[in-house]
Amino acid sequence: MDIEQTALPGIGLKHEFTTHTGRRLAVVSHRGGRRDLVIYDRGDPDRACEAIQLNDEEADALVELLGAPRIVQRLNELHREVEGLVSVQLPVTASSPYAGRPMGDARVRTRTGASVVAVVRAGQVHTSPTPDFALAAGDVVVVVGDPENTAAVADILSDG
Amino acid sequence: MHTAELFIELGGIVLVLGVLGALALRAGISPIPLYLVAGLAFGQGGILPLATSEEFVAVGAELGVVLLLLTLGLEYNADELVASLRGNAGGGLVDLVLNAAPGAAVALLLGWGPVAAVAMAGVTYATSSGITAKVLSDLGWIGNRETPVVLSLLVFEDLTMALYLPVLTAILAGVSLAAGATTVAIALGTAGVVLVVALRFGGVIASFVASPNSEVLLLKVVGLALLVAGVAQQLQVSAAVGAFLVGIALSGELAHEARALLIPLRDLFAAVFFVFFGLQTDPTAIWPMAGLAALLAVVSMVTKLATGVFAARRAGIGRAGQARAGIALIPRGEFNIVIAGLAVSAGAHPQLGPLAAGYVLILAAFGPLAARLLQPLITAVGRRAA
Repeated sequence: MDIEQTALPGIGLKHEFTTHTGRRLAVVSHRGGRRDLVIYDRGDPDRACEAIQLNDEEADALVELLGAPRIVQRLNELHREVEGLVSVQLPVTASSPYAGRPMGDARVRTRTGASVVAVVRAGQVHTSPTPDFALAAGDVVVVVGDPENTAAVADILSDG
Repeated sequence: MHTAELFIELGGIVLVLGVLGALALRAGISPIPLYLVAGLAFGQGGILPLATSEEFVAVGAELGVVLLLLTLGLEYNADELVASLRGNAGGGLVDLVLNAAPGAAVALLLGWGPVAAVAMAGVTYATSSGITAKVLSDLGWIGNRETPVVLSLLVFEDLTMALYLPVLTAILAGVSLAAGATTVAIALGTAGVVLVVALRFGGVIASFVASPNSEVLLLKVVGLALLVAGVAQQLQVSAAVGAFLVGIALSGELAHEARALLIPLRDLFAAVFFVFFGLQTDPTAIWPMAGLAALLAVVSMVTKLATGVFAARRAGIGRAGQARAGIALIPRGEFNIVIAGLAVSAGAHPQLGPLAAGYVLILAAFGPLAARLLQPLITAVGRRAA
């Protein structure tokens, strides 16, 4: 899939692509932070038939709706392909001993053999977090491993 | 006593402009033609000639030009200018040749001489980037695929202005060919230095100007722009170009903030500038030129349309998009009046001011209207063709 980037002098940047069903989509990022989600006309592919203005909050919400389930879906596909491999999403609660501490402190891989592949925070997916990535209450940690060691990670995150 | 009269007159003018602006907003047109009409009414031979405030209005108008160009420069950064020059020089040159020709031809045919021809070429050449930007945003055309083509033509025009204005200033001052060449060399040099400084040392200027306090930021930016504008004027490069280059040198978040702070100030003084141009023009002198202004307007609508179609076709845009690109380029406004204003105050042919005023009145009013009215038609035709 090709995403085409065009500069709009005096306005900002535009990213556009064509979907598999042949519709053109674009996002115009204005300098001031405003985003326009643009959908092109079928008959006149140069014309924006819809331009939906999104503020920061709305853009985040859209990313969350489109983005976070996609990551989970991809992981599910992954462990369907490899038998015995599971991915689980583990919440970091306020009572977790690791809330507010770097992830490396939990030594997840050393102690269990399972891997943390991503942390989902406020709808944003941080893939391959490094050991110094600080966990926070409300984060969701995505772990890949076998059924036993992922359960062990759940225990570590809740009880230390 | 004098202060009282001055305030009453100024207050009256600005209030009238506010009411006219509200009318323009309701009608969905640019307020610029209405401001010009107001200026005509307040000027010599108008219905309400001014008594005391003309001197202040004259200074305010100069400030208006500096602020117009400064905010225009702030919209662009040096990278965009360079990229646009590389990518769209062909379209930009076609734009220049096609659209400067009608003005120059009219001036020569009327026997106004080569200096007036250069001025009139500028009057018909430049699209109003302010009005066009507003048309694009009002009609939801910003996301359209022909819009980058339109915007890069506007950038090219603005850059051309940075070279054209010093040349115009020099020949209006009646300097010799050698002195004129020196001025152009200085202008080119200054523009080049500013671009290099902005590209290489943008951070240094930014850290000098930047301030978390909006008051400090406003004072620094306006001070810097006026200082550079003054020096540029001294060097015969034209104050407007100096301010434009300051705007370009500032970029990023800083430019965005500064622009937001300057816009109210610019709106006030730019309105004063349009009034001042109207003041200098005798309304009774426009009528004899009206037919010619209309003819010139029609011709230059066709040449701008052709420019848009040419540039958009080169970028692989479909027919409907080509037409939209052409229509978006039709409006003329602030630059054209700035150019005509320079020529008028340098004592150009007495009919140049009225012709330019009539011409801009027509295209500033009709350009956005044409885009609005033709939009459904273009869409329908585009659909059928698809």
